[in-house]
Amino acid sequence: MATESVQANRVAYATLVSREIRRFTRIWVQTLVPSAVNALLYFVIFGSLIGERVGDLQGVAYIDYLVPGIVLMSIILNSYNNVVSSFFSAKHQRYLEEILVSPMASFVVLCGYVSGGVVRGLCVGVIVMAVASLFGDLGVRNPIGLLAYAVLTAILFATLGLINAIFARSYDDISIVPHFVLTPLTYFGGVFYSITLLPPFWQSLSALNPLYYIINGFRHSMLGVADVTSGVALLVTLALVVAAGLCAWWMLVRGIRLKH
Amino acid sequence: MPNAIRIRGLEKVWTNGKRALAGVDLEVERGDFYALLGPNGAGKTTTIGVVSSLVSKSAGEVTVFGHDLEREPAAVRRAIGLVPQEFNMNLWEPVQEVLVNQAGFYGVPKREGIKRAEACLDLLGLRDRADSLVRELSGGMRRRLMIARALVHQPQLLILDEPTAGVDIEIRRSTWALLRRLNQEGTTILLTTHYLEEAEALCRTVGIIDQGRLLEQGPVDILLSQASVQTFVFDLAQPVACAPSWEGISCALADGSGYKLEAAVSADLTLNDVFTAFQQSGLSVLSMRNKQNRLEEFFLRRVGRDGTHGN
Repeated sequence: MATESVQANRVAYATLVSREIRRFTRIWVQTLVPSAVNALLYFVIFGSLIGERVGDLQGVAYIDYLVPGIVLMSIILNSYNNVVSSFFSAKHQRYLEEILVSPMASFVVLCGYVSGGVVRGLCVGVIVMAVASLFGDLGVRNPIGLLAYAVLTAILFATLGLINAIFARSYDDISIVPHFVLTPLTYFGGVFYSITLLPPFWQSLSALNPLYYIINGFRHSMLGVADVTSGVALLVTLALVVAAGLCAWWMLVRGIRLKH
Repeated sequence: MPNAIRIRGLEKVWTNGKRALAGVDLEVERGDFYALLGPNGAGKTTTIGVVSSLVSKSAGEVTVFGHDLEREPAAVRRAIGLVPQEFNMNLWEPVQEVLVNQAGFYGVPKREGIKRAEACLDLLGLRDRADSLVRELSGGMRRRLMIARALVHQPQLLILDEPTAGVDIEIRRSTWALLRRLNQEGTTILLTTHYLEEAEALCRTVGIIDQGRLLEQGPVDILLSQASVQTFVFDLAQPVACAPSWEGISCALADGSGYKLEAAVSADLTLNDVFTAFQQSGLSVLSMRNKQNRLEEFFLRRVGRDGTHGN
C-alpha cells in the first residue's frame, strides 16, 4: 500500500512538473524572451557604456562584476513569477480544485509547483548567461558552487512565490511583492555594486538583506570575489530555503486560504 | 462491507459564525444512486465539499468505503470522482491534456492516462474535440468534460453537484443515460439536484436536507408512499362557477375562467375515485396533469415550503 502510494505520488509529481513546464514553454515569448532582452539592455548600458567609465570593482572589470548579479536577478524574478502566477491563476479560476480533490500529498504539490519555477528560473539563467557571453569571457571559478547557488536560489524564490499565491486574494496581491519588495531588495543586495562602496550605516543595513548573501555567494562561485564568505552565504541561503519550504508545506497541509 | 459514505454528526461553522451544517448523519450504500435534495443554502454543496476534501469540517466523522477522511485522506480521495457545480478548468489547456493530467494527479501513468482519456472522451462524445482548448467548447461540452474528468481515474463513487443545471433537455437526457449506465456498472452515485423530476427518475434513495440537517432519508418509493396528498390540474369541457369538493378531494379554481380545476387528492384515493366523483357531478374532463411531480410535492411539504410545515 505504501509502495503504491509512493508510486502514485511520483506519477503525480511528474504530471504536475510537466504541466508547469508546458505552461511556460507554451508562452515562451512572455516567459523566456523578456529576461534576455532586459539582460541585453543592462549589459549594453551599464556594462559597456557606463561600465568602461566605472573601471574595476574588487579587481574585476565592471561588466564581469555585473554578470552574476544580473543572472541571479533573472533567476529570482522568473522562478518567483512562474509559481506565483501559475498557482494563483489555478486558485482564482478554481482549477486548483483538480489537485485539492486528488490524493496527491501536500509535499508533492509543493515540490511540483516549485520544480516548475526552478526549471523556468534555470532556463532563464542559462539564456542570460548566453547573452552575457557576448560581452565578455565567462570564466566560472566554481561551477558546482554556481549551480548549487542557482538551484537553491530558484527553489527559495519559487517557494516564496507559492506562499505569495496562497495568501493572494487578487491579481494586485501577486504583483505587489515582486515590484515593491523583491526588486528593491535585489537591487540593494548588491546586483550592481559592492556594498563596501556604501557608508558604514548602509553597509550594516544591507547586511540585514537576505539577498545580499545569496547574490554574494553566487558572485563568489563565479568570480572568486564577494563581500561575504561563501560559507556564510551558503548557510543563510539554506536556512531560508528550509524555512520557506516548511512554511509553504504547512500552509498546504492546513489548506490555508485554499479550503473553505 | 462498509457503506460507500457514512457521515456522523457532521458540522460546519464558517469563520463568520454561520452554521452551514448542524449535525448531518447520512448513509449511502455501495452501488446506490442517491439524491441529496434541499433548498438553496440547505447545506448540500457544503456536505459534498467536506466529503471531497474541498471544505474542512468543524466536527463529525466521514468515512468513504470504510476509509476515515481524517486518517486516510488519500484513500478517500482516490475513491471519489467529483463534478462540481461551478465550472473549474484551465481555459487554455487542451481537452485531452486536462484528462491525462487529472489521471496523473491520481497516480495513473501517462500511457494509461492517454488510453483512459480517449475512452472518456468517447463516452462523453467529445473525441473530435480532443485537441481543442477548453475555452473553445460550448457550455454543454464543458459540463460533459467535467464529468469525463471526474471519471478518468475510475472512481468507485461519483459525486455530482447539480450536474444538469442550465443544460438543454437533450444534454440532460444523455447525462441521465450515462449516469444510469455508470450506476448499473457498479459506480455509486451521489448527486444534488434542484430538479426533483431528475431525482425521481434516476435515484433509488433520497435524502432531504434543510438548514444544515438531514430531515429525511430513505428509498424513493417509501418516501413517496408517505406523501399524503397529490395535486392534479384538470381542464374541463364546461366551466364551473365555484369549486366543488368531495371527501378526500379538495378543489380550487386554478384561474378565473372556470375551465381549470386544481384538485388536492388524498393518497388513499385512486384516480378512478376522482373521475367517479367528477362524473357524478356532471363534470367532463378534457385533460389532466400533475401540478408537481410526487417527489416535489413530498419535498415541499417536508421542508415546509408549501405554506404548511412538515412533521
